[in-house]
Amino acid sequence: MSDSALQNLDLSLPAFAMQGLTKVFGSGPSRVEALRGVDLTIPAAELVVLLGPSGSGKSTLLNILGGLDSATSGSLSYFNLDLAAMDERQLTQYRRQHIGFVFQFYNLMPSLTALENVQLVTEIAESPMDAAEALAMVGLENRQHHFPAQLSGGEQQRVAIARAIAKRPRVLFCDEPTGALDSKTGRTVLNVLQEVNRELGTTILIVTHAASTAAMAHRVIHFADGRISKEVENDQVLSAADIDW
Amino acid sequence: MLASLDQKLLRDLWRVRGQGLAIAVVMAFGVMLMVMMDGLINSLSETKRSYYERYRLAQVFAPVKRAPKHLLQQISDWPDVTAVEGRINGGALINLPDETIPIRAQAVSLPDYRAPRLNDVYLAEGRRLDPTHKNEILLLQGFANARGIKPGDHLTATLNGTRRSFHVVGLAQAPEFLYTPAPGEIVPDDKRFAVFWMSEDALAAALDMDGAFNEVLLTLPLGANSAHILHQLDQLLMSYGALGAYTLDDHLSNRFISEEIQQLANSNQVVPPVFMGVAAFLLYIVISRMVQSEREQIGLLKAFGYTGWEISLHYLKFVLLIAILGALLGCVLGVLGGRGLSGVYQLYYKFPFLLFRLDPATVISSLLVSIMVACTGAAWVVQRVFALTPAQAMRPPTPTDFSTSLRFGQGLLAKFDQPTRMVLRTLNRHPLKTLMSISGIALGMALSAGMLNVLSAFDRTLAFSFEQVDRSDLNVSFVEPLGPDSLYYLARLPGVLAVEGVRDVPAIFHFGRERYRGAVTALTPAPQLFRALDKHSQPIALPQQGIVLSKALAGQLKVQTGDTLLVDIRQGRRPKLPIQVAAIAETMTGAPAYMDLNALNRLMFEPGRVSGAHLRIDMHYAQDLYAKLKDMPAIASVNLKNQSRQAMEKMMDEGAGATRYVMMIIAAVITFGIVYNSARIAFAERARDLASLRVMGLTKSEAAFVLLGELGIITLLAIPLGCAFGYGLSALISAGFSNDLYQVPVTVVPTAYGSAAIAVLLAALGSGFLIKRDLDRLDLVGALKTRE
Ligand SMILES: Nc1ncnc2c1ncn2[C@@H]1O[C@H](COP(=O)(O)OP(=O)(O)OP(=O)(O)O)[C@@H](O)[C@H]1O
Ligand SMILES: [Mg+2]
Repeated sequence: MSDSALQNLDLSLPAFAMQGLTKVFGSGPSRVEALRGVDLTIPAAELVVLLGPSGSGKSTLLNILGGLDSATSGSLSYFNLDLAAMDERQLTQYRRQHIGFVFQFYNLMPSLTALENVQLVTEIAESPMDAAEALAMVGLENRQHHFPAQLSGGEQQRVAIARAIAKRPRVLFCDEPTGALDSKTGRTVLNVLQEVNRELGTTILIVTHAASTAAMAHRVIHFADGRISKEVENDQVLSAADIDW
Repeated sequence: MLASLDQKLLRDLWRVRGQGLAIAVVMAFGVMLMVMMDGLINSLSETKRSYYERYRLAQVFAPVKRAPKHLLQQISDWPDVTAVEGRINGGALINLPDETIPIRAQAVSLPDYRAPRLNDVYLAEGRRLDPTHKNEILLLQGFANARGIKPGDHLTATLNGTRRSFHVVGLAQAPEFLYTPAPGEIVPDDKRFAVFWMSEDALAAALDMDGAFNEVLLTLPLGANSAHILHQLDQLLMSYGALGAYTLDDHLSNRFISEEIQQLANSNQVVPPVFMGVAAFLLYIVISRMVQSEREQIGLLKAFGYTGWEISLHYLKFVLLIAILGALLGCVLGVLGGRGLSGVYQLYYKFPFLLFRLDPATVISSLLVSIMVACTGAAWVVQRVFALTPAQAMRPPTPTDFSTSLRFGQGLLAKFDQPTRMVLRTLNRHPLKTLMSISGIALGMALSAGMLNVLSAFDRTLAFSFEQVDRSDLNVSFVEPLGPDSLYYLARLPGVLAVEGVRDVPAIFHFGRERYRGAVTALTPAPQLFRALDKHSQPIALPQQGIVLSKALAGQLKVQTGDTLLVDIRQGRRPKLPIQVAAIAETMTGAPAYMDLNALNRLMFEPGRVSGAHLRIDMHYAQDLYAKLKDMPAIASVNLKNQSRQAMEKMMDEGAGATRYVMMIIAAVITFGIVYNSARIAFAERARDLASLRVMGLTKSEAAFVLLGELGIITLLAIPLGCAFGYGLSALISAGFSNDLYQVPVTVVPTAYGSAAIAVLLAALGSGFLIKRDLDRLDLVGALKTRE
């Protein structure tokens, strides 16, 4: 893959397509099959929710799609590119230019202000939005110069989202973004994600334990024991504000 | 089955094994030095004591020109004397066929039909003298070995102007000749100075000493007043030409060995504590970082019902394991090092045996010290563990608050990108931690800089003494002071370019309660070949009235310029002269006192006398010249400056001075250890942030910048501080190495600091490289999963 390949995507294809994806951790008695053959297609610009019991392999899948980890076997493509064939350096470029992450525990840099945390990403992105604008999108225009320690959990998570969307990623991965938040704050965060999906056309994958979140997704994937147990396409999508927790 | 906490302990140890090992090694070096030096001090002083005792070394020495034997009876009747011996001592020159310069030697008498009551010899090889063969000698073993002479060999020596042939029947050593530099030098050179023992009758005949002696040896009962005895002896021997009685404390060989032991004891008080301090500091950093990152776990353990002590004990065990490992390693290294070093000591101090003996108490105390040091490092932990409440464990971690950190001028900060801001804020947010890291590295650098500086200072000592003070090629000394024609005679020899007379006169200096046995060195006006220099290396004009003291002598006597000394001249008419100190001269070997030649001769009523001369020669004629000098009966010795210099250089490089290199290496290892440790800790603390950066798409190099930038800034800040610490340390070390026999100047040698700075930078680069490697291997998912 040449470096320019990331610029020349065939956008008519689905964002992700995988076949027989497996992931095995360890060997011998400590061997764990985290993914046991996942077949899945995720069209671009969709908001997808991943549900499933703990240990079913959701995070593992997310990490592989995000280029943080690689699959043991199976095929995986990102539009027209073969993700499984990328090396470490190419994966870094892939993350840098196309992917945003939001984690359960925010992972902000404590030594940078909210604005600077966002700038950390805009400084290295190709065509980022203004950092202040990204913060405004998550409703934190008044908290730009606060350090993480001066922000509530929900605010920190919104900064993390602002940081993730500021580079206008094609795909946003959120691993339990509301896990550490109360329902009201959680709803605000989900609302932000939904807006990003609508306004920027960003493909979003959300892993969550809150089944009700499914109502806001275009597509709901149920995971069990390393496999997809059920896949549902929603005809009607609820607004995040209307979700019951 | 291990308790689960102990299981954790082992896992943690394994996790931080690199750092743990580094600390254990630092500690081991501290313990090694302690064990090695303690053992050496112990072995040297014990061996010395038993050697002196077994061979009945005298406690009082009274040289005299020529005294009748019946005086000995009189002395032995004195109440405070346990044993008396009279003997004959004389300068000699040994002529070896393959040596152009005659070798200085000392002939010592042994009683013909009995063992000497005092100052016996240890026979290393061959047999004792047979009184019926007057030409037999025992030869100093060191000299014999250096020259390949064996029992049964013959050699010729000039005694009192007459050449005689001798038969070597045995090789011997004696406690009074433990350390045998040639007269006027401070470093022994086995090849160039000899001692031989011969029949008293034969020596008396050779030196016109029939029925007489020229040295009295005494031992005193415990607690006797030696000052009183010295005075009594001087009174008694006055009319026979007493040169001044002195005690063992002033005996040259004994002084060298005692100074050496003292010096070891001094550095033993400075160097190991520095190492232990560094180790404690490192342990503290590692353990405090561990407790900080495990605060949640500590809170949880408390919530489960573990007591503060149980948890503290867990961390203490961790520290203790490292300390004990270090101490044991140190003991082993110390014994190995001590054995090696005692071998080196035996090259210079001629003990018939020197066993490196380790006092078990040393091992125990070093173990205790390590444990104490470790506990000091860990004391903080206990306090921290107790301060934590279980409730803290339940709360999610709050990010470190950077809002209170000094806000850099926003304008200034705006110039930097975010990673640079992270670096600057981190340094700024934890000023104490930053300061600790900086001081840690500075301390490491100071060790290297200090050692290097002292190393170069030694070279300066040599250069100063042998290039600036003494600019001659060789010096000769006469059997007895001669008139000025001797100098004209020397000047006319082929190859002699310049001659400058000197006069060395034994003297005792008194000032207040201080007393120093030394000599006055009288120089010609405006000398060119041998000069007294001030601290700017400028020649000091010797006044017609007054004396110029070396800094070492002034220090010994506690006098300053302008004070008046009592100079008790021990030659000729033996005047006791009050003389004012006119100036202080910089010298690096010995403790000389300089006067103007004419002024001294005037005071002694002996105009024009010289006791020797400094010569500059044309090297093409050197061999001829040596041959001529060898045949001149008036010449007691010929001394080539380069040979003295080489002997000194050899001792600095191979002898006791070699410990400097060992310390140098240790300092370098420690410097690296500290730098690496700082980097490791920063890495561990930042692992999660770094992983986040990588997830966001920063390249490995970009992420590394955040970490290594911090290390870089800390290192750069540490360098000036390290220079300051280094200066202090080298002053301390110089003071420890200096005494009245030789002085190490505290000069700042810029290259020493430059090299140390380069070493620190290299260590930082090396550590950076190692950390970068770990960073490249960082498991992103794993690092993000673990909550700090
Ligand atoms: N680094 C690893 N080494 C070994 N096994 C692992 C590793 N990471 C995950 N696993 C295992 O893989 C399986 C799937 O883990 P994963 O983190 O994907 O689950 P999850 O669905 O995200 O669960 P949760 O909802 O609890 O976050 C689990 O059984 C887990 O134990
Ligand atoms: Mg998960």
